[in-house]
Amino acid sequence: MANTRGAAVRYESVQKSYDGVSLVVKNLNLDIPPGEFLTMLGPSGSGKTTCLMMLAGFEPATHGEIFLNDRPINNVPPHKRGIGMVFQNYALFPHMTVAENLAFPLQVRNIGKAEQEEKVKRALEMVELGAFGNRRPAQLSGGQQQRVAVARALVFDPELVLMDEPLGALDKQLREQMQYEIKHIHENLGVTVVYVTHDQTEALTMSDRVAVFNDGVIQQLSSPDVLYEDPQNSFVAQFIGENNKLSGKVVDIQGKECLVELDDGTRLKADKVNVSAIGDRTTISLRPERVEFDTTDSMDNLIKGRIEELIYLGDHIRVRMNVAGNDEFIAKVRNRGEKRQLSVGDTVPIGWSLNDCKALDPVA
Amino acid sequence: MSDTASQQVLTTQDGKPLKQALASALRREKLRALLLIAPLLIFVLLTFAAPIADMLFRSVENGIVEDTLPKTVDALQAWDPQSGQSPGEAVFAALYDDMVVAVENKTHTRLGSRLNYEKTGISSLFRKTGRRVGKMDAAEPLKAQFIKADDKWDEVETWATLKLFSPRITPAYFLAAGDAQLTPDGIKMKPADEQIYLFLFWRTLFLSVVITLCCLLLGYPIAFLLAALPLRTSNILMILVLLPFWTSLLVRTSAWKVLLQQQGVINDFLVWTGFVSDADRLVMINNQTGTIIAMTHILLPFMILPLYSVMKTISPSYVRAAKSLGANDWIAFWRVYFPQSVPGIGAGAVLVFILAIGYYITPELVGGTSGIFISNRIAYHISSSLNWGLGAALGALLLIAVMILFVVYDKIVGIDNVKLG
Repeated sequence: MANTRGAAVRYESVQKSYDGVSLVVKNLNLDIPPGEFLTMLGPSGSGKTTCLMMLAGFEPATHGEIFLNDRPINNVPPHKRGIGMVFQNYALFPHMTVAENLAFPLQVRNIGKAEQEEKVKRALEMVELGAFGNRRPAQLSGGQQQRVAVARALVFDPELVLMDEPLGALDKQLREQMQYEIKHIHENLGVTVVYVTHDQTEALTMSDRVAVFNDGVIQQLSSPDVLYEDPQNSFVAQFIGENNKLSGKVVDIQGKECLVELDDGTRLKADKVNVSAIGDRTTISLRPERVEFDTTDSMDNLIKGRIEELIYLGDHIRVRMNVAGNDEFIAKVRNRGEKRQLSVGDTVPIGWSLNDCKALDPVA
Repeated sequence: MSDTASQQVLTTQDGKPLKQALASALRREKLRALLLIAPLLIFVLLTFAAPIADMLFRSVENGIVEDTLPKTVDALQAWDPQSGQSPGEAVFAALYDDMVVAVENKTHTRLGSRLNYEKTGISSLFRKTGRRVGKMDAAEPLKAQFIKADDKWDEVETWATLKLFSPRITPAYFLAAGDAQLTPDGIKMKPADEQIYLFLFWRTLFLSVVITLCCLLLGYPIAFLLAALPLRTSNILMILVLLPFWTSLLVRTSAWKVLLQQQGVINDFLVWTGFVSDADRLVMINNQTGTIIAMTHILLPFMILPLYSVMKTISPSYVRAAKSLGANDWIAFWRVYFPQSVPGIGAGAVLVFILAIGYYITPELVGGTSGIFISNRIAYHISSSLNWGLGAALGALLLIAVMILFVVYDKIVGIDNVKLG
């Protein structure tokens, strides 16, 4: 973010209700520094899109204030906010050509013809669609339409760009490619981007920080690696990446460590994240790729599990096991080429480090 | 099917030509499809296509002269109206023979009224002659006896008219529908005080355009609201739109009579509030105003429904996108929303205009004399004056006018741009 020309955004105790009975967004406080790529991630109905729409000006906040560069914008109509936006289905105007679509925001700003053409040309080249100016949106492929939508949101040099699940309609391969392109555009221009998605891979690949939404509340706001490595609660642990759940009860706490007794009596050492006292119910979260089959005695946790199913996936093998009475336990074994002696029905020792094993709030 | 001598015909395994095999394989399916539509097809052909074709044919059909007076028509071939003299004895002898048969079948009066459209007085001539023809003596010179019965028989003009309209096909009805007439001296416009149809056509077109514009002006905001409101609210509004649509046409038209007449609700209210004095109550019915108001109301749903169905498909994200790009409400509407609603406007306008141009009942009931349409005149000729030929010609012209407008419309807006739902 060397050449930052982005805007700062601040939500201050923002609440939103559509029906006056329930809150869709509950007391949101969020500070987005200039030039950041922030992703609002969450399942549908978690309030993330509402937050974006309030920032864009299409939904009024029921309570609280939103600041753009320290200026309150609750009473500023959307067309005066100067925020670029990429919509879920691109919302390219079907009756205009690509060039006309791009020129639209410049025309309404009364920018001279020559400068318009110059900017449109530059924007089209930025998304590598220089030759497509005279086509109609319907004549373009999904990926091309997506790029036009991005170019249109950037052509008038906004300081802030909002993206509402812009890659949702693309196929997997194209989506991955577009993720990098958007990321690079962000890096080159230095604008602030607020990106909404329900796809966690997308969030992890692109963002500087991710705000995980659930039930109208930000569950965790951190960088992608922290989000994955140190989830603050069970929802985040489950929503980001794959995750084994083992439920039990806290029996001992020593500083950052705690000892958890699982329902079948197995005792595990875990990182104390979201439990407070001895006797609390807890759910232990463990990433499948952190399960080790080459066990050593120095490991924090050593346990035996019976192999129920082996699924060959090329680069790795998924092993479904029965561990401590839970037969949904998944372990990932990297495919190293040598024949690993795993077969269904075997009971094998497994182990993992205490740091990979998080004691979080209990889930039913 | 393909019994060609060609050696290259593809055949099936057992040597049947492939085309033939395919046709017989599909025959059952085709037959079944045909059987399924047959009842409707026959119904439509018998009750719709055939009568219309028959009526359209009547606009040029003129067999009555030759059918009633076959020998006379034949004898008149030799006579030249330019001679300035009435035809000779041979023609009158033929006329006598024809009239005897016609009087027996009582067809002479019908011929009289047919020819009376072209030249007034001929109806009474045939009636009078019909009464006398029985007393005539075929052995005596007949020309003198006919002239004695009515001296119009000596006039060249009578015979010229008869000769002029003896062919079985005539353009006379179409000319009459265009305020012109066929005379022995060629095609002439009717005297100015008898011209009526061209003006009526013009008025029908003009009022239909006005009604279409009124419907668009009133219907567009409603359709917009219908498409924008949440489903539950828009359903209630939709019922309000459809309720009048389901109500009888006559009830609605009569309701307008109650509202608009000089002693009606609106005038009473205006007098009561003092906007108009009791002496000069507004004349809002039995004139063009009445026709425009009542027909706009009746045709409004035909504008709203196609508009709504098109607007429903315009995603709200377009307007949002426009606003996020810096357009204010008006520019977002005018440059982004409106162009996308044009197919709906096209469909609604065509529908309302075509319905309006052929409308009959409402102008009849609330139009007075200044608000009636060409269709009222057609109805008059079909049911009162019984000049079916003229009625058919007017109808055919109306049909042609609509078709021309349709083609023009297709050229300008493009029929592919029209969406009915």
